[in-house]
Amino acid sequence: MGGLTLGARGVRATARIVATPEGLPVLEGEGPLALRRTRARGPYHRVTVVGAMSAPLGGDRIAVEAEVRDGARLHVDSAAATIALPGRDGERAHYDVRLTVGADAELRWLPEQLISAAGSDLAMRTRIDLAPGARLVYREEQVLGRHGEQPGTLATRLTVYRAGRPLLDQELAYGPGASGGWDGAAVLGGHRAAGQLLVVGPEFTDRPAEPRMLGDNAVLTPLAGPALLVTAVAPDARLLRHVLDDALRSHLTTR
Amino acid sequence: MSRAALLVLADGRFPAGGHAHSGGAEAAVKAGRIRTAADLAEFCRGRLHTAGLTAAALAAAAAAGLDPLLLDEAADARTPSPALRATARKLGRQMMRAARATWPSAELDALAAARPRGAHQPVVLGLAARAASLGPEDAAHCVAYEAVSGPATAVVRLLGLDPFDATGVLARLAPELDAVARRAAVAAAEAVVEGAAVLPAASAPLLDVMAEAHAAWPVRLFAS
Repeated sequence: MGGLTLGARGVRATARIVATPEGLPVLEGEGPLALRRTRARGPYHRVTVVGAMSAPLGGDRIAVEAEVRDGARLHVDSAAATIALPGRDGERAHYDVRLTVGADAELRWLPEQLISAAGSDLAMRTRIDLAPGARLVYREEQVLGRHGEQPGTLATRLTVYRAGRPLLDQELAYGPGASGGWDGAAVLGGHRAAGQLLVVGPEFTDRPAEPRMLGDNAVLTPLAGPALLVTAVAPDARLLRHVLDDALRSHLTTR
Repeated sequence: MSRAALLVLADGRFPAGGHAHSGGAEAAVKAGRIRTAADLAEFCRGRLHTAGLTAAALAAAAAAGLDPLLLDEAADARTPSPALRATARKLGRQMMRAARATWPSAELDALAAARPRGAHQPVVLGLAARAASLGPEDAAHCVAYEAVSGPATAVVRLLGLDPFDATGVLARLAPELDAVARRAAVAAAEAVVEGAAVLPAASAPLLDVMAEAHAAWPVRLFAS
């Protein structure tokens, strides 16, 4: 662990969380990623990522790692949206999230939106490894441009493994640096916010979710494995959150 | 490789059932998102660089000799829509019948036995290409072209679009089709060393959303 490094090539920083049934033996923020233990929600240890407002800038390499050990329950949120901003020399920024959830453990990963500001270039990778009995509630939202602004370039990859087998693998790429057609009728159709809500749990093994439309521009689908995914696009962040919150509420009350 | 075998496999008249599918174009037309040849071009371009690239890489990897069952699992993880998984397996089953009759091979037989209800179509197409002594990039070309030719043909019927305009859309996409096929083949070569996880997983939210809406329509012109 080299600690926070500030240099011409941008910030290098990794924040780490380890949750056990008893507590949070590791809670280490670094650089732009500060972590706060916040008021617990029921049986969940709760951690809030704060101070991420100005990161990542072009050239930065930042990462968050969370490990939820067997039997533990962890709820992670963030105090504000993350805004990808351009760096001085147009370099790409990298943001890696690595999440591990053990047997009979649960992770609720519910951060605020990722906003791709004009001129920014961010590659975000999320890798999630779930034990066979693990539960996950995971939300991600991409907003293209601040209010009335052109989008930056944003590429994300979400890879989820359960019991060592691939459960979900998705790449999204938007903005001026993406391949053509990203704003056309197959991909975003002019929408400026896109998001996903992934729920994984053993209860879906015998009772997969029924596919259903959530309005015109969102859908709830069962994955091939024991999980459901809500896929949504919307004109803006507020309308997107509305759709995902409805799905989250109906899931959390039925489980 | 035989260039003629590539033409046989890529021919729209190859009896593998693809003509009944619009690749999401029917739903996009109904939603008012495709009205003109320019809209069709953007739709096709977006599909090519997302679902098209992902499928082309799966086909290239199968043609390169990766385990088709691992690729089938990778295809499931890359297809969150159950309607699109069902379509891919149905088309895979039809492709399997046509391919086994055309280029009999032990590898096709083994996959048919392991996935009697159909494997994902690009995986079957990749194995068919392999049985026809075609290479990974050939398989990727077939799949990339299918990703755009299906919607273009469908929109001629759905909108009464001038067939010359639709063909013009496809012709202007040719350099991007070549680039996607090349990228898919390079990814497949990496996957031979590092495993299927390194294959592209490019996806398109509206295709996934609209596929479920379309599957629920009581009456439709195309199966997907």
